[in-house]
Amino acid sequence: MKKNYIFFLFFIAVGLYAQPPAVPIPTPAQTKKIVLTGGTAHTATGKVIENSIIVLEGGKITAIGDARTVKPDAKDAEVFNISGKHVYPGFISAGTAIGLSEIAAVRATQDRNEVGELNPNIRSLIAYNTDSEVMPTLRSNGVLMAQVVPQGGIISGQSSVVQFDAWNWEDAAYKTDDGIWLNWSQMFTYEGWWAEQGGIKLNEKYGEQVDAVKAFFTEAKAWCQTTNHPEKNLKMEAMCGLFSGQKKLYVNVNYVKEIIDVVNFAKTFGLQLVISGGADAWQAADLLKQNNVSVIINQTHNLPNRDDDDYDLPYKLPKLLQDAGVQYCLTVGAGFDAYWQQRNLPFQAGTAAAFGLTKEQALQAITINAARILGIDKTTGSLEEGKDATLIVAEGDVLDMRSSNVQYAFIQGRQIDLDNKQKALYRKFMGKYGLMPSKD
Amino acid sequence: MKKIFTLFGVVLLMAAVSPLWAQPTFNQNYNGVHDEREGLYAITGATIYTQYNQKTENATLLIRKGMIEAVGTNVAIPEGTVVIDAKGKFIYPSFIDLYSNYGMPDAPKRDGGFDGAPQPDSKKKGAYNWNQAIKPEFNASENFTADDKRAKDYRNAGFGMVLTHQTDGIARGSGALVLLSDGKENELVVKDRASANYSFSKGSSTQDYPSSQMGVIALLRQTYYDAQWYAKTKPGDEEFNISLDAWNKLQGLPQVFEVSDKLEALRADKIGDEFGVQYLIKGSGNEYQRADELKATGAGFILPLNFPDAYDVENPFDAMNVELSKMKHWELAPYNPQMLAKAGITIALTAYGLKEMGQFAKNLRKAIKRGFTEEEALKALTYTPANLLGVYNQTGSLEKGKLANFIITSKPVFDEKADLHENWVKGTRYVLKSMETIDITGIYTLKVGSVAYNMEVSGEPGAAKATILLPDTTKKTEVKYALQNMGISLSFAVDSLNESQLGKGTVRLGGWINSADKSWKGSGTDANGKWIEFSATRTGDAPKKDAEGKPEDKKDEKQPDNKTNKDNKAKPDSAAKDGKEPGKDEKPEETGAITYPFTAFGWTQKPPTQTVLFKNATVWTNETEGILQNTDVLIQNGKIAAIGKDLPAPKDAQTVDAKGKHLTCGIIDEHSHIAISKGVNEGTQASSAEVSIATVVNSEDVNIYRHLAGGVTTIQQLHGSANPIGGQSSIIKLRWGLAPDALKLEGAPGFIKFALGENVKQSNWGDFNTTRFPQTRMGVEQVYVDAFTRAREYGNALKAAQGGKKGASGKPVKRDLELDALLEILESKRFITCHSYVQSEITMLMRVAEQFGFKVNTFTHILEGYKIADKMKNHGVSASSFSDWWAYKFEVKDAIPYNGAILNSVGVNTGFNSDDAEMARRLNQEAAKAVKYGGVSEEDAWKFVTLNPAKMLHIDNRVGSIKKGKDADVVLWSDNPLSIYAKPLQTYVDGVKYFDTAQDLQLRSQIAAERNRLIQKMMAEKTKGGDTQKPMPSKRRLYHCTDLGDGEYLDFYHEDANEH
Repeated sequence: MKKNYIFFLFFIAVGLYAQPPAVPIPTPAQTKKIVLTGGTAHTATGKVIENSIIVLEGGKITAIGDARTVKPDAKDAEVFNISGKHVYPGFISAGTAIGLSEIAAVRATQDRNEVGELNPNIRSLIAYNTDSEVMPTLRSNGVLMAQVVPQGGIISGQSSVVQFDAWNWEDAAYKTDDGIWLNWSQMFTYEGWWAEQGGIKLNEKYGEQVDAVKAFFTEAKAWCQTTNHPEKNLKMEAMCGLFSGQKKLYVNVNYVKEIIDVVNFAKTFGLQLVISGGADAWQAADLLKQNNVSVIINQTHNLPNRDDDDYDLPYKLPKLLQDAGVQYCLTVGAGFDAYWQQRNLPFQAGTAAAFGLTKEQALQAITINAARILGIDKTTGSLEEGKDATLIVAEGDVLDMRSSNVQYAFIQGRQIDLDNKQKALYRKFMGKYGLMPSKD
Repeated sequence: MKKIFTLFGVVLLMAAVSPLWAQPTFNQNYNGVHDEREGLYAITGATIYTQYNQKTENATLLIRKGMIEAVGTNVAIPEGTVVIDAKGKFIYPSFIDLYSNYGMPDAPKRDGGFDGAPQPDSKKKGAYNWNQAIKPEFNASENFTADDKRAKDYRNAGFGMVLTHQTDGIARGSGALVLLSDGKENELVVKDRASANYSFSKGSSTQDYPSSQMGVIALLRQTYYDAQWYAKTKPGDEEFNISLDAWNKLQGLPQVFEVSDKLEALRADKIGDEFGVQYLIKGSGNEYQRADELKATGAGFILPLNFPDAYDVENPFDAMNVELSKMKHWELAPYNPQMLAKAGITIALTAYGLKEMGQFAKNLRKAIKRGFTEEEALKALTYTPANLLGVYNQTGSLEKGKLANFIITSKPVFDEKADLHENWVKGTRYVLKSMETIDITGIYTLKVGSVAYNMEVSGEPGAAKATILLPDTTKKTEVKYALQNMGISLSFAVDSLNESQLGKGTVRLGGWINSADKSWKGSGTDANGKWIEFSATRTGDAPKKDAEGKPEDKKDEKQPDNKTNKDNKAKPDSAAKDGKEPGKDEKPEETGAITYPFTAFGWTQKPPTQTVLFKNATVWTNETEGILQNTDVLIQNGKIAAIGKDLPAPKDAQTVDAKGKHLTCGIIDEHSHIAISKGVNEGTQASSAEVSIATVVNSEDVNIYRHLAGGVTTIQQLHGSANPIGGQSSIIKLRWGLAPDALKLEGAPGFIKFALGENVKQSNWGDFNTTRFPQTRMGVEQVYVDAFTRAREYGNALKAAQGGKKGASGKPVKRDLELDALLEILESKRFITCHSYVQSEITMLMRVAEQFGFKVNTFTHILEGYKIADKMKNHGVSASSFSDWWAYKFEVKDAIPYNGAILNSVGVNTGFNSDDAEMARRLNQEAAKAVKYGGVSEEDAWKFVTLNPAKMLHIDNRVGSIKKGKDADVVLWSDNPLSIYAKPLQTYVDGVKYFDTAQDLQLRSQIAAERNRLIQKMMAEKTKGGDTQKPMPSKRRLYHCTDLGDGEYLDFYHEDANEH
């Protein structure tokens, strides 16, 4: 390959050869009006505006529409001509460990699992690391917000929603303590170890374990009926938001029989329930719909649970729930990889589109649907007047890795730097070999 | 409760005559006077099966001192003979079970394990084998102690002898053929060292090695070589080894190998082939699922009759957890003996593995009902086991000079209603149910005090029911009675009409039967406790029906529809003999077809090699022609026959309109762990070069089908990354449905997995694993240098020995499978695929290789390859990377998704792999990420998952592009294959269409229908009162590099355990 020495020298000259800060610098609040003209706007309301005008002011979308009808005052505005490009709401990762987990196998970088079984008082937000080197790799693929979730014990603690352009967790907080996370008991236990396989056994304690959770909720509900307690109780206090409807209950559960139990459980306590995982959710779709239960689907890029299943069952699960009228959104890698894998969130949606959803429905699955489930849809999740100016501009179809290329991103009107550590290493070593990096 | 165990069921009389005729054992001390007898018996008037296929009616069996003296219709009975009248009865050779641990001590309890420190060496003290699971020195007869209770269970099931051994370990030592009578062990052992026994299970061994099935196979193979070498050296010269000595002494015996699956049977046989050993295989019960391949092994099989219970599938959400393969096995397992017999396989039967001995007869009848003939059954229980053990001259038939091991039955032995009267073990008589049982069925007038009843006693003699018929004919009162010899006791509840006479409550009576007129007489107390007299006078025969009043069960049924199945109706002679109609109302059982593989989406008819003309496709050639628009491709005879415009369709060709569609070669996954049985890592030693994935290929993994649905046609199955020198790889084509050997890509060169970094230095294995060498990257290097140094010396020694000079020491060189593999690497006959992450270690391995004069073939993962791409290019190594994985452990913190693009730009042969059963089905999308991250051209990106891995695997002469003459491994895509919206519509391997979306839809509905049929059938079984089992999900084993063995070691914190 011909070496491009000029480019190489240019690199050295502008100092890009050196690595930038691992995490780009946050952007100050929007002061100048921004106008995006000529792009195809995918609003996540089901509409596609081919030749659109979008106006961002004070961190909000103040106008959006067809260029033929919306004529904004472009004076003093920064105008982006984006014709031929696509505009989407920023993607929202629900149920992730971003900012809590940096290197999965290195214990010191883990702030996910607290000791103890019933920890509703544990709060993810205060451990959320805005300086994560992983987070910028999500931003570069259009993920601009996340629900950060603790994972341990039976009740893991409380999640919060953050936006990805902040100096610290207080700045990052978008919705604080939005819900409590519960790991539902499993009906089967898996025994043995690697040299000697144990069988799969019925979890004889399933009923007991479910009863223990019920008992805790019963106590908490009673406790929350009054504020007049002789002694403070952090765990009980943390539960009150659930019963008052301020917080949702998120439950990790997959097997249909367990899902049915969870729905009945939540109903008993009058809770707003969101199921996370939900591999079998399609089999209880009616029940979920009747009870307004939402589902955070754990990745379409998954294997079927059972040999007899259709090979594409996980791919088409969003379509099955869509048709059944169940509210759902998508996430990636619940559990171990639930942080760095989130950069593939748009492709999870792409696969859902390949297997039944329309592209606009697939987009909704990682934007407005997630916003609704997380209770932030009044201010974000779609391209609508009055909502946050949190959006991305991409060349090509952002749901398809073949063409996806995010070029600009705005969080509440602030244009963010899409650089990241990986891009820096790319430039560094292309430089080493005297090669010219591609645009992305 | 229905009595289904009649044959071997309730034992009314249990009398064992001590073998007083027996020869005293040496130095036996008599407490009393000597009492030696002739042991002379004649059993007369019976139908005697002198051999399994030969019977003589109204014959006499004469035995003396435990041996058969004469048998036939013309036997002179000497004076002083005890004559036993067995008129109308049947006599058979008693059964022989070749698989048992009867009388063996329990295997030692295993201690240590999971959370203990590593145990590299054997804990067994003494001059034994280095591996704790190899214990050929264990001698069953030395450890045998008779067990009266189990012996009795066996006898009640018709057995007279078993071949017993300790079911523990991989080489288990010798088996002993023993009698099932009680007495001194000295008299019970018929044959010491009657067999040598093996298995794939290391049992109680606590030693780390082997942890995988491929490790077990390597260990067995190495032990054969060790023993051969030991036989050539003088004991004590090199070393003294009790185990190897014992191993060699056992080689002339029948070699019995226990397996737990049909594929394991194939694996065992392959080990045997290498050493000229034909194992006798103790099967698992699913052999029918690969009957043709098993027939080809030439092995005899000892088959268990452990048919599964139906699943309780009433709740559809429970039913969901039962896979179709399990449901089908429930239905077809009882056909196993029949299908194997049909295939011409030699079979013996065993009661081993049954929950209780009573199931033996019940399950055997199930098998007979399904076409296994009674003659075959008898053969499999008498002639065959005796013959296989080489003791047919002593037992297995009833002929002069053989052991007096036989059973006497009331009806043909496999008849559901047959009673097992007596079981004679070497002339010792065990009466299980007296032949003298009186038939008391009939209609009686029962007089109790002043009250007279009509009483009906009906059913089978010995198991009849008695009822009092009340004036109101709709009502009956059950009479409980017990018969002992000619004594009888009975009781019944007083009916309301007669309460004034007999009181309210139960009448209890005791008396005797007059054998002449079968009348009963005696006395007892009425419900008031008053003594009364009773009598019963027989007035006529009872109506003809069985105890339950149900019609007779029919005996023959249609066999399942499968290709080995020809006309093979059982002709049970019981039905014919009794003159009963064989089940006229019962329809033949409807069964599902056998699918290949035996799982959902398997086929019943092997898909043919097709001639297909794809018209007007966009063809991604991967050749200099690039991507061709509107082009035709013809595949014929399994090869790509032509590429061009407007190709004419040959006569037999199917034409596929591919306009707007894309045609590519199949995807090649360079790094896969699917379709591997029982362990992907033999990570118990720093080097396990001797193990090979090729020995444990699992053709039944549904992920093969799912891969085809993702356009994958060839994979390299790799050992894991738990140790610096892993195991040998296997390269297979995804010929869904074919047996393991037929999956192998013919002529593909040998590969081996190496690994570097955190996995091999056990960085993330927990606090217990800090003692196995190496624990640093510094140590890893030394493992290699040491291994290749040893291999080089080994190679030199072999060369010297070949030249007639023998080794340096003048002794034969000991064959070493580990060094064989390493030597192949040195000689560039085997190639390395090395798991790698950081630049330091990558450079290190290249330098070690250069030092030893070979090249590293492929670095896999290679996430920091971009940092030393130039060095890699100079070395000439390929890179097989992930597209965008990172952050999951410390050594991948600098991984970047631009890695592939950089390596490719620098000129390194670059590919993307999956290391993941799920991602493998979307490797086309992973390739597209090379376009996204780093701007690789679409044409080049596509080669990342096709041509480039083909080159890495040295198979690009056959696969990896669309070129005339290459294999017809092609995929028809709905869209540009790099697009996330693209779906494979058809996938061909060697011109055989193994996946097709339309076909897939059909299969789905067939699976649903078949599941439904079986669920209905199981529900019916439950309603009938059959035993059921609780449905359980079965977890798939999806391997990744660091899975430490067979299963989810990492489960306790991560469900998928996918730490790469």
